[in-house]
Amino acid sequence: MTAFEEIVTAYGPMVLRVCRAVLGPADADDAWSETFLAALKAYPELDPGANVEAWLVTIAHRKAIDVTRARARDPLLVERLPEPPQVAEPTVGWDAELWAALKALPRRQREAVAYHYLAGLPHREVAAITASNTDAVRRAAADGIATLRRTYPGNTATTGDTP
Amino acid sequence: MNTASESWLGGLVAGLGPVGEETMSRLHARLITRADATGMLDVAYRTIDSPVGSLLLAATGQGLVRVAYAGPAGQGYDKVLAQLAERVSPRILRAPRRLDAAATQLDEYFAGTRHDFDLALDLRLVHGFRRTVLTQLREVGYGQTASYAAVAAAAGRPTAVRAVGTACATNPLPIVVPCHRVIRADGSTGQYVGGTAAKQTLLTLEAAA
Repeated sequence: MTAFEEIVTAYGPMVLRVCRAVLGPADADDAWSETFLAALKAYPELDPGANVEAWLVTIAHRKAIDVTRARARDPLLVERLPEPPQVAEPTVGWDAELWAALKALPRRQREAVAYHYLAGLPHREVAAITASNTDAVRRAAADGIATLRRTYPGNTATTGDTP
Repeated sequence: MNTASESWLGGLVAGLGPVGEETMSRLHARLITRADATGMLDVAYRTIDSPVGSLLLAATGQGLVRVAYAGPAGQGYDKVLAQLAERVSPRILRAPRRLDAAATQLDEYFAGTRHDFDLALDLRLVHGFRRTVLTQLREVGYGQTASYAAVAAAAGRPTAVRAVGTACATNPLPIVVPCHRVIRADGSTGQYVGGTAAKQTLLTLEAAA
């Protein structure tokens, strides 16, 4: 078994991108922290043959739901942590238009896009994580990407790109 | 089939902001603070530079559990961390603060101003006769040396000279538990877990004080 530090180094950036894409800038850091704390706790029991990406995204998915629920339960939390957040640092380098485009997607599409395209998980794995089925996930990812291509043309360097 | 092209996806990833060293070290710092506070930082480690090369220091909640020389060039500490994961816990994070005292005392040792280490030690990686030997080694004072045979006798097994050699070769806490002070009966330096050059450096340092 490898030291947990190596898991953080290898997969920390991927999990952060996934949290950002699903939750947006205000909550991504919290979800990341909760994910890796939970992963650290469970790590000694992880099957040595397990797919670590899928394991981490499974935890991140649950933590993202927790964060979303906490916000719904506690409006004060939303007040305390408005979007865009008062803490400037986590959003440095963020493209506000991208989060606007992602936020406009149905949650299932946003998850399918994040878990398939950012985490690199096959549709089958994404379906298991989101309690869906492979076909529905494939459609959600395709629809999400199609919408994003319209609503988020990307920066100038990539706008002219054709599929 | 609706596929996303590589460069447009690249733009999507870039639009999510940087996940570089600064961002990750901020999140990492938060993780180790919370891991420590919740009792899940089973092994903390850091590396330090020293006159005998880079050293890895690792501690459990009970004390310093490992001091390791970097392996042959380029090998790094992968094997050391893998061994700690297997024999102590895989809940291992690079968390320097727990090693502050050890790092400071080693710096003082290498500067010649410290002759004894005052650190809690976790000897869980050593059992049986090897642990007896390491306990004996702590009686060999700064600047002194002892032969393998003398240590074997002091440990209560005068004929176990080879076993003393093995205990030194597998010492999980070199420098702090001074196996470098054990030399051959003919006065030659003998082998060392950090290489004979490192052993000579330590003996020279202590002889100069």
